[in-house]
Amino acid sequence: MSGFKTNNRTIKWLDSRLPVFSTMNHHLIDYPAPRNLNYLWNFGSLAGIVLVVMIITGILLAMQYTPHVDMAFDSVERIMRDVNYGWLIRYMHMNGASFFFIVVYAHMLRGLYYGSYKAPREVLWGLGVIILLLMMATAFMGYVLPWGQMSFWGATVITNLFSAIPWGIGDALVTWLWGGFSVDNPTLNRFFALHYLLPFIIVAVVFLHLWALHAFGSNNPLGIDAKGPQDKIPFHPYYTVKDLLGLGVFLIIFAGFIFYAPNYMGHPDNYIEANPLVTPAHIVPEWYFLPFYAMLRAITFDIGIPFTGITLIDAKLGGVLVMFGSIIILFFLPWLDTSPVRSSRFRPLYKLFFWVLVVALLVLGYVGAMPPEQPWVTIGQIATAYYFAHFLIVMPLLGKLERPKPLPASIADPVLKPGPATNQ
Amino acid sequence: MKKLAIIAAAAAFLGLAQAPVVQAAEEVEIPSHDWSFSGMFGTFDRAKQQRGLQVYREVCAACHGLRLVAFRNLADLGYNEDEIRSLAADYQVEDGPDENGDMFMRDGVASDRFPAPFPNENAARMANNGALPPDLSLITKARQQGPDYLYHLLLGYQDPPAGVEMMDGMYYNAYFPGHQIAMAPPLMEGAISYADGTPATTQQMAEDVTYFLTWAAEPNLEARKQMGMKVILFLLIFTGLLYAVKRKVWADLH
Ligand code: HEC
Ligand code: HEM
Repeated sequence: MSGFKTNNRTIKWLDSRLPVFSTMNHHLIDYPAPRNLNYLWNFGSLAGIVLVVMIITGILLAMQYTPHVDMAFDSVERIMRDVNYGWLIRYMHMNGASFFFIVVYAHMLRGLYYGSYKAPREVLWGLGVIILLLMMATAFMGYVLPWGQMSFWGATVITNLFSAIPWGIGDALVTWLWGGFSVDNPTLNRFFALHYLLPFIIVAVVFLHLWALHAFGSNNPLGIDAKGPQDKIPFHPYYTVKDLLGLGVFLIIFAGFIFYAPNYMGHPDNYIEANPLVTPAHIVPEWYFLPFYAMLRAITFDIGIPFTGITLIDAKLGGVLVMFGSIIILFFLPWLDTSPVRSSRFRPLYKLFFWVLVVALLVLGYVGAMPPEQPWVTIGQIATAYYFAHFLIVMPLLGKLERPKPLPASIADPVLKPGPATNQ
Repeated sequence: MKKLAIIAAAAAFLGLAQAPVVQAAEEVEIPSHDWSFSGMFGTFDRAKQQRGLQVYREVCAACHGLRLVAFRNLADLGYNEDEIRSLAADYQVEDGPDENGDMFMRDGVASDRFPAPFPNENAARMANNGALPPDLSLITKARQQGPDYLYHLLLGYQDPPAGVEMMDGMYYNAYFPGHQIAMAPPLMEGAISYADGTPATTQQMAEDVTYFLTWAAEPNLEARKQMGMKVILFLLIFTGLLYAVKRKVWADLH
């Protein structure tokens, strides 16, 4: 790779003092990437672009929004009706949140399928999990801002989870979070402040994420390390154009929702102004939280010492621990997976269990949208049990029991062609 | 095969977003009606919207507010400035305080919003047997399958089936969740005489007022769909070009 060259004296002068140009060149132009990345590797750059779209539309919305319980709902309707293209900005931001999760979930499943979390990319993966947690907090607080019925009741249900913490800490914590004795104006104000802040923290963590990525470069569909320059190609023009093509396809689908089904992923109750005196028939979170909501509700029993009647963890606290645990567990993936082989392509058994996990997640998502009645409770419990078993039992055992298929000698290995080594 | 599985998984995931719908609709299946504003090329129908405005003003406005809609917005329905000015002047709105510090009533102007029928919630409940008639500004977005639901709700009054015990002051409605609604059947055959001479059947009025209220809830629907066409057409061409460029750039690698 050639390094950064220019004849422009001003640029040379600046670059020798603050090497922005050579750094950009190093990371975006010459940056060597495996030659066989498939389209699942597009989701990282897509997530970055969606993040930028969210920040821009969010700042525009904030210029017209009023974070006060008496005015928030109407100020959003004013944006929809009276602000020039306000409806467009709001629908982009609203659907952008859903698409952000679609993109990031795809990005994570890609990592899971190709073993991208394994050494030496553990820190990269862990930073990803931190981003996911920050995204969830941001999305949750953002949903409260329009101050509709689901905003209010969702906020009430979720903040109340903290009251599960025992020894009186929980209740004190909830009062502190609310800034009062229920979700009210102080809550709305601080949620707005934090909702504005967190995306910029996400940007910072994304930088660390990319820094960690560029320490070793991308994994690839074969999961083997590059053996030499013949296995790599410069990021530009190969992956710039491929990422752009993916962006084009993404934007077509995104635009389809914004212009033709802008409220498809929302809940109609959020077009009713918040009313603390009227509880909606079913309080459901946004779709991207449904699998976690199902895990929260799966714990319907107290956990204690058998035959003594002593309760150690009541059902509510158990549900909260399981829900947060379902994400915390992802931090430990690099060490729970004992197989030295990264890609599922060479792990027939792991591949099978990967798809079982995907099914379990879809089932959990469905159960999360159902009322907490049978048979959904039992189905949710089984799927939750599988989710944890997948990481705590299946993954450690498979590494020992499974016989992986033989790995190719290198990414460019001509014997493999026209097999999976080419991009697909 | 793998790609298919991924697409199927993504589709199932999107389908999940609709799961709550299944849940709410369990109670009653709402048949879908043919609306000119649905679909990619959907537009409103000015004549129906204007008649719907008349239904709202002469019937629903007795109980329901429309607080997010201003008279000036009625230009969307094809009214000119003079028509809007005289329509607004039919209403009395509170203004003030004047130099003596008193509030006073004056004729409405184009920038005013539709005044509420009751001074406050308690007065509204008092007049309606304890029930609260909701503001209708967003009603078609605040209900699942909003326009279909509204249309069928207005026509869904029936005699209660045998064995159903009706509460005091409640009416049986096939489409209202729980079937007991505190709103008396608002539409009566020929209750109004349309300015354009259309016979005022209950179906006609229900359809017209749904057109009007769908516009009230989503006044930018037409602009949105028209812009969508242009944006997506552009993106299709842009992405097609990128596809060609990508193939060309990658050709030397294969
Ligand atoms: C005499 C007063 C009155 C009139 C006139 C009236 N309504 Fe109502 N409406 C009510 C009341 C009261 C409720 C609350 C019903 C309940 O909660 O049981 C209601 C509820 C509704 C609802 C909400 C149903 C739901 O899903 O919660 C809609 C929609 C509605 N009315 C539409 C209309 C339309 C359209 C008209 C004009 C054609 C109209 N109403 C005329 C009194 C009225
Ligand atoms: C704001 C959200 C995120 C952004 C903007 C982002 C951005 C990126 C980018 C641009 C890449 C390189 C391109 C690619 O491999 O697709 C990448 C790689 C990666 N990301 Fe993320 N990411 C985000 C969230 C996450 C999350 C939530 C996880 C998982 C917990 C994660 C895990 C990874 C891993 C493991 C890689 C390396 C993949 C490989 O080389 O095979 N990321 N990320």
